[in-house]
Amino acid sequence: MGMDFSTLRTLISRYCAGEENWVDSRTVYIGHKEPPPGTEAFIQQRFPDNRIVSSKYTFWNFIPKNMFEQFRRVANFYFLIIFLVQLIIDTPTSPVTSGLPLFFVITVTAIKQGYEDWLRHKADNAVNKCPVHVVQHGKVIRKQSRKLRVGDVVFVKEDETFPCDLILLSSSRDDGTCYVTTASLDGESSHKTYYAVQDTKAYRTEKEVDSIHATIECEQPQPDLYKFVGRINIYMDSDPVARPLGSENLLLRGATLKNTEYIYAVAIYTGMETKMALNYQSKCQKRSAVEKSMNAYLVVYLCILISKAIINTALKYMWQADPNRDEPWYNQRTESERQRHIVIRAFTDFLAFMVLFNYIIPVSMYVTVEMQKFLGSYFIVWDDEMLDEELGERAVVNTSDLNEELGQVEYVFTDKTGTLTENNMEFIECCVDGHVYVPNIICNGQVMTGAGGMDMIDSSPGPDAREREELFFRALCLCHTVQVKEEETVDGIKQGIHQGKSTSFYISSSPDEVALVEGMKGLGFTYLRLKDSHMEILNREDEVERFELLEVLTFDSVRRRMSVIVRDSRGERYLFCKGADSAIFPRVISGKVEQVRARVEHNAVEGLRTLCVAYRPLSPEQYQEVCHQLSGAKLALQDRDKRLAEAYDQIEKDLILLGATAVEDRLQEKAADTIESLHKAGIKVWVLTGDKMETAAATCYASKLFHRNTQILELTTKRTEEQSLHDVLFDLSRTVLRQHGTMTRDNFSSLSGDCTDFGLIIDGATLSAVMRPDQEDSNSGNYKEIFLEICRNCSAVLCCRMAPLQKAQIVKLIKASKEHPITLAIGDGANDVSMILEAHVGIGIMGKEGRQAVRNSDYAIPKFKHLKKMLLVHGHYYYIRISELVQYFFYKNVCFIFPQFLYQFFCGFSQQPLYDTAYLTLYNISFTSLPILLYSLIEQHINMDILKKDPTLYRDIAKNSLLQWSTFIYWTVLGVYDAIVMFFGAYFLFDNTTFTSNGQMFGNWTFGTLVFTVLVFTVTLKLALDTHYWTWINHFVIWGSLIFFVVFSLLWGGIIWPFLNYQRMYYVFMQMLSSGPAWLSIILLITASLLPDVVKKVIWRALWPTTTERIQTKRRCLASEPSTIFMLSQTSSRISF
Amino acid sequence: MMATSYSAKDEDGHITVSGPGAGTLRSKKPENTAFKQQRLPAWQPILTAGTVLPAFFIIGLIFIPIGIGLYVTSNNIKEFEIDYTGVDMSSPCFNCSQNYSWNSTRPCTCTIPFYLETPYESNVFMYYGLSNFYQNHRRYVKSRDDSQLNGDVGSLQKPSKECEPYAYHENRPVAPCGAIANSMFNDTLELFYNNPNGTKLQIPLTSTGIAWWTDKHVKFRNPGNDPNLTAAFQGTTKPVNWRRPVYELDSDPENNGFINEDFIVWMRTAALPTFRKLYRIIQKKNSMVPTLPRGNYTLEVVYNYPVRRFEGRKRVILSTISWMGGKNPFLGIAYMTVGSVCFLLGVVLLIIHHKYGNRNNSADISN
Repeated sequence: MGMDFSTLRTLISRYCAGEENWVDSRTVYIGHKEPPPGTEAFIQQRFPDNRIVSSKYTFWNFIPKNMFEQFRRVANFYFLIIFLVQLIIDTPTSPVTSGLPLFFVITVTAIKQGYEDWLRHKADNAVNKCPVHVVQHGKVIRKQSRKLRVGDVVFVKEDETFPCDLILLSSSRDDGTCYVTTASLDGESSHKTYYAVQDTKAYRTEKEVDSIHATIECEQPQPDLYKFVGRINIYMDSDPVARPLGSENLLLRGATLKNTEYIYAVAIYTGMETKMALNYQSKCQKRSAVEKSMNAYLVVYLCILISKAIINTALKYMWQADPNRDEPWYNQRTESERQRHIVIRAFTDFLAFMVLFNYIIPVSMYVTVEMQKFLGSYFIVWDDEMLDEELGERAVVNTSDLNEELGQVEYVFTDKTGTLTENNMEFIECCVDGHVYVPNIICNGQVMTGAGGMDMIDSSPGPDAREREELFFRALCLCHTVQVKEEETVDGIKQGIHQGKSTSFYISSSPDEVALVEGMKGLGFTYLRLKDSHMEILNREDEVERFELLEVLTFDSVRRRMSVIVRDSRGERYLFCKGADSAIFPRVISGKVEQVRARVEHNAVEGLRTLCVAYRPLSPEQYQEVCHQLSGAKLALQDRDKRLAEAYDQIEKDLILLGATAVEDRLQEKAADTIESLHKAGIKVWVLTGDKMETAAATCYASKLFHRNTQILELTTKRTEEQSLHDVLFDLSRTVLRQHGTMTRDNFSSLSGDCTDFGLIIDGATLSAVMRPDQEDSNSGNYKEIFLEICRNCSAVLCCRMAPLQKAQIVKLIKASKEHPITLAIGDGANDVSMILEAHVGIGIMGKEGRQAVRNSDYAIPKFKHLKKMLLVHGHYYYIRISELVQYFFYKNVCFIFPQFLYQFFCGFSQQPLYDTAYLTLYNISFTSLPILLYSLIEQHINMDILKKDPTLYRDIAKNSLLQWSTFIYWTVLGVYDAIVMFFGAYFLFDNTTFTSNGQMFGNWTFGTLVFTVLVFTVTLKLALDTHYWTWINHFVIWGSLIFFVVFSLLWGGIIWPFLNYQRMYYVFMQMLSSGPAWLSIILLITASLLPDVVKKVIWRALWPTTTERIQTKRRCLASEPSTIFMLSQTSSRISF
Repeated sequence: MMATSYSAKDEDGHITVSGPGAGTLRSKKPENTAFKQQRLPAWQPILTAGTVLPAFFIIGLIFIPIGIGLYVTSNNIKEFEIDYTGVDMSSPCFNCSQNYSWNSTRPCTCTIPFYLETPYESNVFMYYGLSNFYQNHRRYVKSRDDSQLNGDVGSLQKPSKECEPYAYHENRPVAPCGAIANSMFNDTLELFYNNPNGTKLQIPLTSTGIAWWTDKHVKFRNPGNDPNLTAAFQGTTKPVNWRRPVYELDSDPENNGFINEDFIVWMRTAALPTFRKLYRIIQKKNSMVPTLPRGNYTLEVVYNYPVRRFEGRKRVILSTISWMGGKNPFLGIAYMTVGSVCFLLGVVLLIIHHKYGNRNNSADISN
């Protein structure tokens, strides 16, 4: 709902802002100065002010709007209709019975939403009113943030947050840069560098800034935080100069200025158009499988309800055909009723029956389910086993709607780096022209001098080689985007540790780079800082070398490489390029490719992350060419990314290979154990990584994804080059299916069935070939099917060389396959966000690559190993809890309403309710609500430790097994049976006989109360029988709610209630309790109702036990032996039921 | 959602900082309780054949004797029932049943002789029973005004809407209003013992103690504090079908008006269309003599109440009462049945337990 509305609102606001002159780009007049005449005629657009509106409601529209939104839920609407029907027509039950619960639910929700909205209002106000500094007429004045307009020049001081999206004009630093942290946007607290527009960076006072005369053309706001294209036109001497603007010039709202005294910048996107505001549109809601089953059940019950009402109405009119039955002399209609048309009467009767039976679909179920999910999710947050001591982080629950889905996972898609592995990079070795260097001491802050700091495995190189070696080291020192963080900017704790040392920290968005620069430090070359566009390096002789940084060709995951262009002190220009081997080797024209390639492959097999380094000397002419290409691409407003990529492609060629590096990324603690457990639990684990195949495969072996006896099937570019994709696919599927065939044939020896399992390796290129909808090839659709078929038979799949979007594609492919399996995606980086959003359940790891994954996930955990407990324990518990909750709710309402239905046959189909209004109202709200809520919060059918130790138990609940139609029918039949026992038991007792020892008679309300008492006890005891985990709270709640029922009934019947217009329940309950046969029949009927369920359970357990039941029984047997570990806390478990 | 994002997060510490990343944040660790860790000590019962067995046998062993006890008790209760509707031509009340004018001034009386084969030793309870009479019809059940019956003067003069169409008659409020009151049972039943020596002895019938004590003393009250009921009911009219106004139901002021017990008994609507209501009690006077000795009796009925039109039946029941109420073999039989089923199931489970229980366990342990 929220989503619909906010998108609608954005659409409207956008539409209004643009109105008919809606264009792709906007023009901003810096300082609201009109461009000189003669330039292009810009259309002045209207922009919204800088007011942030995150609140949904205002004081005035809260009630109508909130009501509207709440009644858009089908359930609420249904109850509203019932309530209205009760108000309008003469119905058997008072409107209070459905109005009160509905009112309660609506009010609670409204209060909650109102409170949240009030908080949002407060936050909005705080933000909108906070002061900002704006340059006007050469002076800095204070303004409220909300009054900021597009085109205002804003003055921001250090540690202030940017009030809107700004283009940096100038900063206090000479080079026109400023440092920014985007911690509150994407969680990355590293300092990022932003650049001022070159032509304005000199304007550093408010007077000067005010004199800037320029316009900015840029695209309309879009939510991508990292994309921005624009152009600034500066009218210096009436000769306009155009400069490109990119995301490096754009300061985002929400980010904070760091390490820079002040900046001047111009507002371009304000208010709800800032990228941050656009990004906080809520994402689409995921629904769990349980919810879907619940809705299916609801439909069934709705059908039952309607058919019940129709049957009863029909029977009523058949029965009433005799006028003496319709209107006997003792029971006449009023005149107005007689006048009514038969059709209206029949329809009214139908509605009245609907109202009478409407409790079969309980309001309280929704409330209970919501509460269960909300409260239940705290157990994840509280769990100490999912606390990471190092980070001090606990699991985070972003949505509690999917708790039970954690128990249904069939596919796990995991990222490799940072998820399976630590993402704690360690420089292992480097290889220059086949000579391998291993730093023997990796030490922070310690500069190793001379060659003594390294071991040379190969023979010592000659002078020529030495030069190349140093070039390689320099290349690594220069080709990166690492920043140096001076110590004084670090917080207190760290300062204390390194007191007295002038240590600086390297900060980068890529941990590989830090490891490399660190490694270079170990090899004698220390990167010092970037100052005035010059990178400074301390070489082995303790001399500072300065290189002018000319261009940075930034890393992206498609190109998989990055480059820098530098000019050394002698004036020579170099392009240094580093990247994945597959990205570098095709572009290399010379160098010892073979040796390096051998070493790279060797390292990759060891599971190390390898990078290749190459360079290209640039002649001045070449450099000019490069500059031209780059600036051309950068200035483009349209397709800038594409043109930049083309330019990069042109520039990064004809490289000379220098060498390769190897960085180790250690496996996360217990990653292998976790993967093994998931496998045992019947979950298929897929690793999706951007890494190269050999590295990824090595990690997979190390993490036990592939075993030694796993038969690896390769579906890679290497193979498809030899054979056509078609042949490879068919080959593989034949292999897999043959194995499958033999397995089914000799499945008598079931244990040997899993002796060979398959592992599939596929790379991104092949995958896209498989997925590509090929028009020419008629059987292209088949490829997907065959691929899925192969995957289905593989226990583990490794997808390497994957682009982020491909990860989501894979998840989507599996999701849409014909079994519709439940998928889970887990990752830590921004590149995993798409798959996290796509999968049924998205889990973020609180890794080192920022917080984007965590932000977009449904759950976040500190480490991969916590996934095991999350799924096997929490997921399992949540699933059995909620499935029992759903089934039980329907069951108890069948028990509740079916006697009412039967009673109609004995009261002339007159819609006479069996139970008193108070009972009708409170049955679901208070008499039977708490025990099931508590059950659904703390039930543990098996001990947590056993669940963790025996992952196969997870298979027991796979495929939504506890909410199958058969189970549902069983529960419903049980409910009907109980209802019949209760009703007819009471019927035969009451039939024409005296019930008391003083000869006095009971009436219809006593009859109803008797049935109701049996009902409450039966239903509560049924839950008690299902409870496997009796803590003191369970005892308290179950017995407490029974006692509450008794006390309430005594009270309700004990007083003549002055505000009621009927006193039908007066002393009914007490009179009933004073009668011996009533007690006897209550006990009898409860026993008879519970009997079949107990027998069914016991017999099924004995004859066809599930694994779960076997374990439970086994635990009991073992528990009686004192030496076993299961003795933990169940000493009382030997006490029999 | 967005509001939370405004509280700018300061999350230094877990970024790629080279150098020993010291300073673990322990402040985030909340107190650790067994509840939060889902490790509360708990009793973990499991329903297996072994554990349920004893329970089944115990239930069987308890229920069967109870059932036998109840059945015997029920069989010892003496009950005699006479249908006096007068459907057959031969029936003494046939003539009366044909005449169903409410306002006939001349009461129709019929006399039914009957013979009790066994003497009734203890107190005998005399019931009238109606069949096919829907006292539980919704329109009927709600057609009453409890506050009027509780003596509320306002409601007396202005009966509740629920009483329609029996709320006003000739523009005067009806007291007591509603369909239930209007259709109050108004046959008069008298019992005579035909002494073997030829005399006809009227058996004294107690008409008090037939309604719930709480109903008579709390729930039903006459309006006002005026001991003169005629004055208290001033301005109201009697229900259409009644012959006498409510304040003339009985001569005893403690049993007149709304607190007339016959009236209260009638006002407690029955659960099912076939029902009986307590009419009179025949008190045991002398421990030596049975309350109703063996012999011939005559039931004299003043036949007022028409039931033929809706195919109803009228009965008179004489019954003794035990601690478990009137004659009802069902409870005893039900107890015996459930008890035996439990016992049988116990046996079946015992077999299953021996055959499969051990097998399962041993198979598991060997795994």
